[in-house]
Amino acid sequence: MRNIFVIAERELKTYFISPVAYVVLTIFIFLSGLFFSFYLSGMVESVSIRAAQSAQTGQAPEPIDMPGLIAQQFFNWTSFIMLFILPMITMALFSEEKKRGTMELLLTAPITDAEVVLGKFLAAGLFYVVLLSTTLVEVAVLFVYGNPAYGPILSAYLGVLLYGLAVLAIGMFISTLTENQIVAAILSFGAILMLWLIDVFSRNAGPGLKEALSYLSILEHLSDFLVGVVSTSHIVFYMSLTLVGLFLTYRSLDSLRWRG
Amino acid sequence: MISVENLTKRYATKMAIEGMSFHVAKGEILGFLGPNGAGKTTTMRIITGYMPSTDGTVKVDGFDVADQPLEVRRRIGYLPENPPLYPEMTVLGYLTFVAKLKGVPKTKVRDDVNRAMEKVNITDVQSRIIAKLSKGYKQRVGIAQALLNDPPVLILDEPTIGLDPKQIHEVRELVKGLAGNHTVVLSTHILPEVEQTCHRVIIIDHGKIVAVDTPQNLRVQTQGAARIFMEVEGPAEDVLAAVKAVPGVLDARIANDNGARNRFQVDGEGGRDVRTDLARTVVNKGWGLLELQSESMSLEDIFIKLTTAEEVTPPTVS
Repeated sequence: MRNIFVIAERELKTYFISPVAYVVLTIFIFLSGLFFSFYLSGMVESVSIRAAQSAQTGQAPEPIDMPGLIAQQFFNWTSFIMLFILPMITMALFSEEKKRGTMELLLTAPITDAEVVLGKFLAAGLFYVVLLSTTLVEVAVLFVYGNPAYGPILSAYLGVLLYGLAVLAIGMFISTLTENQIVAAILSFGAILMLWLIDVFSRNAGPGLKEALSYLSILEHLSDFLVGVVSTSHIVFYMSLTLVGLFLTYRSLDSLRWRG
Repeated sequence: MISVENLTKRYATKMAIEGMSFHVAKGEILGFLGPNGAGKTTTMRIITGYMPSTDGTVKVDGFDVADQPLEVRRRIGYLPENPPLYPEMTVLGYLTFVAKLKGVPKTKVRDDVNRAMEKVNITDVQSRIIAKLSKGYKQRVGIAQALLNDPPVLILDEPTIGLDPKQIHEVRELVKGLAGNHTVVLSTHILPEVEQTCHRVIIIDHGKIVAVDTPQNLRVQTQGAARIFMEVEGPAEDVLAAVKAVPGVLDARIANDNGARNRFQVDGEGGRDVRTDLARTVVNKGWGLLELQSESMSLEDIFIKLTTAEEVTPPTVS
């Protein structure tokens, strides 16, 4: 257990020594903040239009959960930005070790391969949590000026977290395949994009295949979380995807040993 | 301390090591000598548990590398061919990380890191970023890393590469100082290094062991007979006869005739130094001894002889 923390600690330090962490944080905070203000002003506008309409017709407007809708749109957008940002978190995890020859240090240290994999994953996961926690600012704004329901926001966080961990695990596996972190980032992005767009492709597929393909779609499973539905099947989906990623990473290290 | 039996490693396309067996005693310094691509690094990587072997067993301190890899790795300090450094870290930060990785107890990490830094003289650069260090310093940080947690076995792949002559000397002294308490296996293609630091040498070529012995014995063995050149002022035929009569001399012939001064080539028995007797004989006869030179094969010659034997075929004339 200690070994996992030793690996994770160094990895986290590396994020913050190198510019990666700051670039990723800046881009994410900027984009998420920008779109939050778009959604917010859009929502305010539509509410004022509805108020004007109801004044004309003399009927009271239908009540809507304005902050809840904003939160939903906001998390939807957040998970979309993450598609581009998550590969940057995982791209260097193993590719840089391979390039610098430090892989030999890790694989000859008295620790297991599983500890190396889990340590790195822990670091990536923690950094992701830091990234995600910056959105608490926007959520706080909703709570200060409105009265959104807690449930959907908590479930949205759970969903985005599980989704992110799955994507990180896949990205980590891909970073074991190359010595070049840019290649790792692009491949990860491609792989995630495939998992995302598979939903689009599945529309033209036959009956059985269609369900199977759309089940694999990575963002499809998120929508229920965003509206406050926590379903076991979605949790199982993300967790099994994470485990597949971790397992492939572990096997890939083993294969690296054989190939030298 | 280390026993390697019938070790074989096959890569997808080529055989890296074939049926290699050797033992390293506790406290011994063993040198691996061989041309690039001979299988030195592969052998070391298998001993350290970095890579599995295709066949054969490796045991370190009684633990099998394949069955109990963690026990083996706990006992080994390993310096790979390229020192495994994180360039963005400071020397201190890096060594602290490696010490923790190697399971040094939390309270002793700082002491152990200091001890390793002192051994290789890098205490003065401990707060520098590794990327900014010179090649020699980087190599020494790599050695310091291997010394952490004071492992009983050290595997050093080309430890002096990239160092200047003074640093090479320091590293050799360091390695010599480790003998006794530590078992050291080092690889090199610098021959004087082996002659100066190692108790025993294994010469490998094409994945096979071609010779195992002490550097001194290897020289004697491969040489067979000791060859001596001497230049004597005196009548050629008389000198030749007198030289041939000296005990221990197998054969002698005139190398070139310069009138009164002659050069002789004398072959003595292997392992026996006939130079004293030769000198005495010549001087007693009243001739002038102008030069007496023992042509000793250097390890370099032996190395070339052993590793190129198969490739050097006499040109065929058709």
